[in-house]
Amino acid sequence: MSILGNRVLRREDPKFLTTGGTYVDDLPIEGALWVTYVRSTMAHARLLGIDVSEARQAPGVVDVITGADVDLAPLAPFPFIPQTMAWPWLATETVRFVGEPIVAIVTEDRYQGEDAAELVFVDYEPLPAVIDPVEALQGDVVLFPEAGTNVATGQPAAGATDLFEGCEVVVRRRIVNQRVAPCPLEGRAAAAVWSDDGRLTMWSSSQSAHGTRDELVNRVGLDPETVRVIAPDVGGGFGAKVANYPEDLLVPWIARRVGRPVKWVESRSESMVGLGHGRGQVQDIEIGGTRDGRVLAYRLSVVQNAGAYPRIGSALPMMTRMMVDGVYSIPRVEFASTSVVTNMTPTVAYRGAGRPEATAAIERAIDLFAAEIGMGPADVRRRNFIPKDAFPYTTSVGTVYDSGDYDRALDLVLEAADYEALRKEQEQRRERGDVVQLGIGLCVYVEITAAGTNGEWGAVEVLPDGRIKVRTGVSPHGQGHVTSISMIAAERLGVAVDDVEVVYGDTDEVLKGVGTVASRSIQKGGVAVHRAAGEVLEQAKKVAADLLEANPDDMVFDPVGGRFHVAGTPALAKTWSDLAAAAPGGLTAAVDLEGGGPTFPFGAHVAVVEVDMETGKVWLRRLVAVDDAGRILNPMLAEGQVHGGLAQGVAQALFEEVRHDEDGNPVTTNLADYAFISAAELPSFETIHMETPTPVNELGAKGIGESGTIGATPAVQNAVVDALAHLGVRHVPMPATPQTVWRVIIEASAPATG
Amino acid sequence: MHVSPTVNGTTQAHDVEPRLLLVHYLRDVVGLTATNVGCDTSSCGACTVLLDGESVKSCTVLAVQADGAEIVTVEALARDDELHPVQQAFRENHGLQCGYCTPGMVMAALSLLREHPDPTEEEVREGLEGNLCRCTGYHNIVKAVLAAAGMPGATGVRA
Ligand code: FES
Ligand code: FES
Repeated sequence: MSILGNRVLRREDPKFLTTGGTYVDDLPIEGALWVTYVRSTMAHARLLGIDVSEARQAPGVVDVITGADVDLAPLAPFPFIPQTMAWPWLATETVRFVGEPIVAIVTEDRYQGEDAAELVFVDYEPLPAVIDPVEALQGDVVLFPEAGTNVATGQPAAGATDLFEGCEVVVRRRIVNQRVAPCPLEGRAAAAVWSDDGRLTMWSSSQSAHGTRDELVNRVGLDPETVRVIAPDVGGGFGAKVANYPEDLLVPWIARRVGRPVKWVESRSESMVGLGHGRGQVQDIEIGGTRDGRVLAYRLSVVQNAGAYPRIGSALPMMTRMMVDGVYSIPRVEFASTSVVTNMTPTVAYRGAGRPEATAAIERAIDLFAAEIGMGPADVRRRNFIPKDAFPYTTSVGTVYDSGDYDRALDLVLEAADYEALRKEQEQRRERGDVVQLGIGLCVYVEITAAGTNGEWGAVEVLPDGRIKVRTGVSPHGQGHVTSISMIAAERLGVAVDDVEVVYGDTDEVLKGVGTVASRSIQKGGVAVHRAAGEVLEQAKKVAADLLEANPDDMVFDPVGGRFHVAGTPALAKTWSDLAAAAPGGLTAAVDLEGGGPTFPFGAHVAVVEVDMETGKVWLRRLVAVDDAGRILNPMLAEGQVHGGLAQGVAQALFEEVRHDEDGNPVTTNLADYAFISAAELPSFETIHMETPTPVNELGAKGIGESGTIGATPAVQNAVVDALAHLGVRHVPMPATPQTVWRVIIEASAPATG
Repeated sequence: MHVSPTVNGTTQAHDVEPRLLLVHYLRDVVGLTATNVGCDTSSCGACTVLLDGESVKSCTVLAVQADGAEIVTVEALARDDELHPVQQAFRENHGLQCGYCTPGMVMAALSLLREHPDPTEEEVREGLEGNLCRCTGYHNIVKAVLAAAGMPGATGVRA
């Protein structure tokens, strides 16, 4: 029986539970100095002077570095963005967000760095700051005068004037997908050591060791042959550690300058303003259709807040566009976006990266439309689903969905939630005028995984003792890939999972790699290993045939014991160690997977909330989730991914938001002020199994890393709106904090004036 | 200043700066790096250890305040190859992903079970409110703690 599909416990766990992981800060690096960055305290200002003379004299200070010392070209944005919007390594003339690094201090130990940082005096000439992306669009305050605009990039609308022709009902609304902080529990960290022979080893808390290596080559000008990047244990990333930042890329440069190993580990307060933020879209939605529930047209216009220096965040609307139709077959769809710079921390990828925003827009739009025509949200959804026999399905913008069955997902979730009973209970509470009202929210989503990334590299080698060594380009940081990748190799080669060694996150050990991003690790990295193992199997068959003096076609592989024998004579079998010894060049294969395309997981979520009508407080009581990610290798790991995603989705819907005051000062700069979701604010989740394999790869696997977040956020938001629907409420902004909800209730209950 | 706490059963003796945090003492001076730092506002609980039998956030205690105290970190829980029941429950219920919150979470769970040997789900959730995890959505952590509650030796520490 195949091991695939079983709840295999994680091989990673014993270490994490007993001695703890080895994160960058845990690395014992002999003689390492400590790097501390001095950061801007102003959102937008000209730098009139930076006085480091006192800091230089402070105890333990080895070096003090300003932007003038850094002989590297500023970090250029994507080619399609004005190149004048480049990010300086350390600000020299202008600072554009609170938290922007200005000075790097190198000290003997960590406390000395903080002491010396306090002795740096920066003379700022404040400039007006622009925080609101819609205001930034107007260009009254321009961040990069040389660019002459705050617009980083955009996707224009086709501009069809007759989009809503024939619609009996059209609903329009502006909604905001607010900024949130990814908050991996380990912040950013890096360490660098140059050896005497001129080779660099850099440890980086990164989702891609190879990506970091390439950045060092391209941006710091290092020779790839001299660079080794290792991603040791990484305490979460959620997209924010895919790309690098000036602070971590500068660490090897600093180590070379001071001639000693250095280490940099940011504090949480630094991380809250330094690590990129996620989301940040203002969305204008327009939806139209017939009174009997058919949606005929939909337009989504997005203003993306890219933050001060346009990074991957400026490109998120491209992902939003790809998923604009959601799970619906809508005859006419239009999308437009503009990404603008503002005086905020740069926007980056965060769990879902552009797709949660698309889903939030369409799933809110469907509810608004349903409310307008007085039809149930489940019925309107059903009326407009892409039917299950329409796959592969090409959407309005040309995205090709591989497989799906949205009706079934909705049926399953409604049944599990006991939707009818919930509606009855809601009705009763409304009739009684209860203080605590019930809200039921739906979301049916489809998302894209393994989008916009190339293939993945994987290699399999049989060791002399018959154990298997796998090298993979994925770079896990919590996903449990040591376990799932070894399951794939073990199943293919008939060995025990514990006899597979998985090597990753080290550019010296792994030839190529994309990393763990975009929910792609199993469908790309796993498939590459699966194929490499298949090639090893073929090689082994020939070697076994030689040893047994038989025709390769007569060889039988026994997957239970991992042995080859001639058909009919199982007693004379050759083991992996026999074959490894006999194969002249060893048994080894590497696969550089190309193509294959993305896959489209989907699902349906039901959220049940209670709302205190007197205080506006919301409790999430239930979250029922069907998430179909194709074939599942290890349901335990897949559920774990869903759980984490659900919590982050709930967090955005109800609690979390990066906030600023009117001068652009962030006010959520630590975990006391940022509403990081806790165990006390969540129920246990109800997850329901559904598997629709993809034809795109031989494992039938889609990605599961981000689905939970994508489905949960609108489900919970829709539930809050639903709890207040009897007051005529059609929308409640995220996060639905007591204050926000209370205000909506008061406004809805106030007698109409005028 | 001189400090001499007992850490995981071993008496230590060091001269430290008065401002040194206990968590940095454990990590940088004693060399026990399982205990992590996740914030600078005593919010996350990644640094949770037992101090004289009570769970504390070791980033809120100065090393000098722990002079003469008994400190237990997650490193002390397992014996040879045998995981402590709480560790075992975390493993069996997939209560960890990236592992960063885990050492603190396990110590907080242990302390919670000492106060509530047979907790309800709500008591577990309330009890772990000060220990943040970004990966698991807490679902399997709660499940693990409830599972550990039934195991013999779940509240014991052999250090
Ligand atoms: S590091 Fe101690 S509570 Fe966060
Ligand atoms: S397992 Fe990653 S923070 Fe808890």
